[in-house]
Formats: sequence, structure tokens, C-alpha cells
Amino acid sequence: MSGYTSAGGKLVTPLTVFLAALVLVAGGLLAVRFIYGIGAVTNINDGYTWGIWVVIDIVIGTAFACGGFAMALLVYVFNRGQYHPLVRPALLASLFGYTLGGVAVMFDLGRYWNFWHIMWPGKGQPNSVMFEVAVCIAAYIVVMWIEFAPAFLERFGKRGLRQRLNKVLFVFIALGVLLPAMHQSSLGTMMVVFGHQLHGLWQTQLLPLLFLVSAIAMGFSIVVFDATIAAEGFKRPRETTILGQMSVVLRWTLVLFLVVRFADLALHGKLNLIFVGDFLSLMFLIETALFVLPIAILFTAAGRRSARLLFVSGISMLLAGSLYRLDAYLIAFNPGDQSTYFPSLPEILVTVGIFAFEILAYIVFARSLPVLHRIEPANATPAE
Amino acid sequence: MASTPVNRLSRRDFIRGAAGSCAGIAAAGGAADEAEARENNQISPDAVGLLFDSTLCVGCKACVTACKIANDRPLDTPADKPYLDQTTHLSPAALNVIKMYSDGTNEVKDRETDGFAFSKHSCMHCVDASCVSVCPVTALQKEPKSGVVTYDKDACIGCRYCVASCAFRIPKFDYDKPFPEIHKCELCRHLWDEGKFSACADACPTGATLYGPVSELKAEIKRRKTLAPGEITQFPRRSTETGELTGKVPVATYVDHVYGETEGGGTQMLMLSGVPFEKLGLPTLPERSYAAISETIQHTIYKGLVVPVLALAGLIFAVRKNAGEELEGEGLKEHEGEGTGT
Repeated sequence: MSGYTSAGGKLVTPLTVFLAALVLVAGGLLAVRFIYGIGAVTNINDGYTWGIWVVIDIVIGTAFACGGFAMALLVYVFNRGQYHPLVRPALLASLFGYTLGGVAVMFDLGRYWNFWHIMWPGKGQPNSVMFEVAVCIAAYIVVMWIEFAPAFLERFGKRGLRQRLNKVLFVFIALGVLLPAMHQSSLGTMMVVFGHQLHGLWQTQLLPLLFLVSAIAMGFSIVVFDATIAAEGFKRPRETTILGQMSVVLRWTLVLFLVVRFADLALHGKLNLIFVGDFLSLMFLIETALFVLPIAILFTAAGRRSARLLFVSGISMLLAGSLYRLDAYLIAFNPGDQSTYFPSLPEILVTVGIFAFEILAYIVFARSLPVLHRIEPANATPAE
Repeated sequence: MASTPVNRLSRRDFIRGAAGSCAGIAAAGGAADEAEARENNQISPDAVGLLFDSTLCVGCKACVTACKIANDRPLDTPADKPYLDQTTHLSPAALNVIKMYSDGTNEVKDRETDGFAFSKHSCMHCVDASCVSVCPVTALQKEPKSGVVTYDKDACIGCRYCVASCAFRIPKFDYDKPFPEIHKCELCRHLWDEGKFSACADACPTGATLYGPVSELKAEIKRRKTLAPGEITQFPRRSTETGELTGKVPVATYVDHVYGETEGGGTQMLMLSGVPFEKLGLPTLPERSYAAISETIQHTIYKGLVVPVLALAGLIFAVRKNAGEELEGEGLKEHEGEGTGT
């Protein structure tokens, strides 16, 4: 038997209706964007040509979708089988995060009808970091749908096909670790070519490593976050014990990030930039505080045993990683031409709509497909 | 309550696993040493470009108007002065603009304090251009012989990585069009077949903007550097190849730097000035091109796909070992008690 089951329950609830309304609003605004151009909906300009549709929808959005990556790394590479119950829900969240990120790219690309050029031999340009990111993300989306296929096959009783898929699934699981490691690091490399336009506290040739490590940390955090929310939302037992154990890995990942970041700053004599006292040094300190808080919590046994504190550290880590990305791509980026950027309301609503669609689809899938692990395994504590 | 014998991942386990990963990264690093850093791209011997001498520019903006006419862009001229285009910023409608530096009382041309100076802003045609390096679909390319940075809208996907990465803020995008394009100077290469050259240089009455092979422009720069301030001379006008000269004029005092000789790996637009270049709104750039730094990282990790393929092989081995039972059995069982003592 599969260790997974669907959450069941009604699909039409006030929450799903509200989410659907947000999706519709975004759809209307996107119609305006495709008829009149990106500028009709967004505030992006030649100084800040990448707005939140790139930075939040894709750069931060795909990091939020690294749960599948982090769990696959933990379960299959570090051989921690006991975390297996968390794999499939994490994979589902990743599947939507990435698929939606891939769709969101189309909204932001000016000449979207040419998008296939990037995958076409002879048209793609392998020296471009974006080429690597795009090809890897596209491949990863396909790999994740294949990895997730057993859930569909179980649901629709295709046992034979399921067994045949199992024979080759290990290749896709391996790709499911390799591909996100490649493009999440490349999302950091993307900013290297910006040179002096990116503030010294963020600009480093270790951007790929920092983006990779923070993506893994965000992956673990989103699993903590999702499992907590799913326990509440689907009225299931909490996973505090298993999440607490996993957070041991999370805290070391966070420590690794901070060690690499500060060592790199020290090595390049840039530590003084932290204490300049300007806006960007403040942002750096806020980022660092958000990284330190979960470390502080997760190094105490009480912190790892408390559902609430685990949730807090998960959120803090997600904010830390998000702010790090927002700073690296937008806030600490200065084109030096006096231009400014703040997203417009319609621009924000499109981003909100994309995330609403993601949550909506997650709910529908989790309620109708075998995604959540069966409740009998006793590594869950009853909901309080 | 937890009755399953879950074993927590101890610090030792984590460090062991992390050490394994780091060994992989180190191996990648070792491969990188052999792959070597990507050096700055070198200039083509037949490269063409522009020499802009700020001390010769009188701010007439004839080049701005000429550029617009040559590139079929709408003019922005007041009714009473149909020759004077007012555009001050680069845009899809303006691929070349003249800006003015002014300080204090604006008394003396080409003086930093209480003086003023003009600067030209258009594509620098970098020898190792960021826009070319970042373009994921070869829409921006270096024309191999002339070194002109060219744009092909039919290849472009509109990602705007070129717009974001250009240290000179040159490529411009149509934000208000449903079918947008990137716009930038291509040195009027579309006029070459007619025997013409860059319209800005063609129209410049003072020789401030001069077109020609970069080697000849550099020779002319060398000549100007040997002239004493105040010395009377004639400057080549329009193109180094037309042999035209300006009238006899005194030489200004130059700052001791040729902008574009080394900046970001060098540019095919070279500049002379009487005031420091940062006052003209030009960025201070290291000699190593940003494109070379970025591509060194990419080539280190991805050259020949050796590192990703090795990593994949390792991952497949690990996954087969660790997920073997689960995948060969009927379904995804719980891994009760598994994973002990790795």
C-alpha cells in the first residue's frame, strides 16, 4: 500500500472562493498587460527593469518551492528515510511553485512568443547564466511532474504503469536533486555580472553558493511551514516530532550560510560596510537577525519540541531568505541613473494572484489526490 | 507519541554528509583550475568605433537629430527651432544624447570647478560586452569583424537581462508596447552598404565625434596627447577615412585618462575630456570585464557538463542505494527504522 492518502473534504469553501477571486483579478490585469504592454500594469523602468514579477514570482517563488529539493536531499542523499512522510507534500508544493514560476516568466517576458528560442540548439546561448537557469527550471518542472506521477497513478488505479515507472524513478529523483541545485545557485550567479551596480555587502563571486545554501534552508523551512498549516487546515495531527528532528539539519544549514557570508566579507575587507549605518547596512542587519533567530531557537531542545517555536523559526528563515533575495535583486541594486522603483498596485495584485492560484491548486490536489501521509504512523503527535 | 525508532540526524552525520558534498564541490573546483578563468575577450583588429572628444563638443546636438533621422525615430524639436532636438535621456526614441556637466558659475568650458562640459551617451560597443554575455538567445551579438554590438529582435525574448546588466545603462525597452523591442545604437551599420557611417559622427561639425577603425582612433588620441594645451592644430572631422579636417583651433587641457581604453575590458567608443569622466556620468569600471567574471563561474561549473554529469552519477548511485527498497517494492512504504547508522 502507498503510505499516502488524500485529505478529503469539500473543495468549495470561503477560502477557495476568495483565492479564486484573487486569481480572476490577476487574470484581468494580465489581459491589460498583454494588450497594452508591461508598462500599462507595472512600474518597471529602464533603471529597474526587473520588478517583483521577476524577483518575487520567480527568484523568491522558486526558493519557496525548494521543499521537494530539500526533502529529496535529506531522504535520498543523506539517507534519512524517517522523513519520508514529508516528501510527497513537499514535492507537491514544489511542483506548483515551479510550474507557476514557469508560467509567471511568460507574463514578464516582453517577447514571450520567442521563449522557445532559449531551449533551441543554435539559438540558446550557454554562456548566459539565464540560459542555465531557464533550461534547468524547465527540465526540473518536467522531472517533478514525473516524480509526482505515482500520486496520479495511485489515484486512478494504474498499478502496472506505476510499477514500471518505479523502475526508472530513481533517475528522476536524482535529477530532482541535481537540477534545483544547479539553477538555485545560478540565480545567485545571475547578479555577478551586475558588478558595482550591486552593493558590496551582496556582490560576491560566492553568490551561487549563498543562493544554493539559502535555497536549501528555505526548502526545509517551507516544509515546516506547510506541514504546520496543513495540520491545522486539514485537521490532521501535528508533525512536531519529525519537524523538530529535521530542524537539526536546518540549523546547520543556516550556520553554514552565515559562516560563508561573513567569512567572504571578512576576506574581502568589507565587514566595515555592515556598520556604515545607512539604509542598506540596516537591511543587511535585518537579514542577519532573521537568520540568527531560527538558529537561536533550533539550538535549544525546547525550541525544537515546541510546535509554535518551530513554526516561528520556519517563518523567520523564509523571511530571511526572501529578504536576502529581494535585497540582492532589487534593494541593494543601484543602476546609478537616479531611477526608482516601487511596484504598482496592479503589479502587486498579479503577484498575489499567482500565489493565490498556487495555494488553491495545492488545496484541490491535497484534498483529491494521495499526497498527505497516512495518519497511523506514530511519528505525529495529536493536534492540541 | 513517537514510537517509530526515528534517529535524529546528529551533527556528526550532518558534517559527514556535508563533507561529502564539499568534496564534490572541491572536485568541481579542481576541475575549474584546469578549465582556467575566462579571460577578457580581445578586440577585433578590424574593430570600428567612435572617438568622442568632450573638449571639441559645443553641445549643438546635431548628432542627436542626425541619429534620429538615420534610425527613423521621432524628432522632439520645438516649432521655432526645428534643428534642435531637446531629448536629454536615452529611450527607444533616442539612441544617442548629449548631456551637459555644469558646476558653480559655469564660466569656463572643460573646467571642473565653475565650468561646464558636454558628454555623449550612446552604446560603448564594449569589447567584452555584458549584454552579449548575458543574452540567453544570442539576440545581442558582437559582429566578429567590426565588433559592433548588434541586436536581432527576431531572436529576442524580451527578458531584459541586457537592460539590467549594462554598466552604461544603454539598452532601452518598449514598456508601453504589446510587442516590445530592445533599442540601442548599432553604429548605423544599416548604412554601411550605402557607403555611409555613423550619423552622429557624420553630422558633427567640430570633429568632437569621430568615426573610424579603433586602431586609427587610438593613433589620433596619441597625437592629441602629445599636443600642448593652447597649441593650434586641426582635428580630423566626421571619419578618419574621409581626410576632412576642422579649422585651426587651440588644444584644450585633457585629463590624463582615455576613457574606454581599459574600462570593463575596453570599449570601441573612446573618450577624451577636460573634466574627470565620473563628472560626465561615466562609471568607474575595473579592467576585468564583468562578463569574464560571470562566465568564469559558469564555465567552472558547466564546462563540458563534466561536473553536472559526475554529480548526477553520484546522485543516482545514492538514490538507488537509499531508495532501492521503496522503488522496487509495490509502493512507497514508510521507512520505519531505516536509515540507522549510515
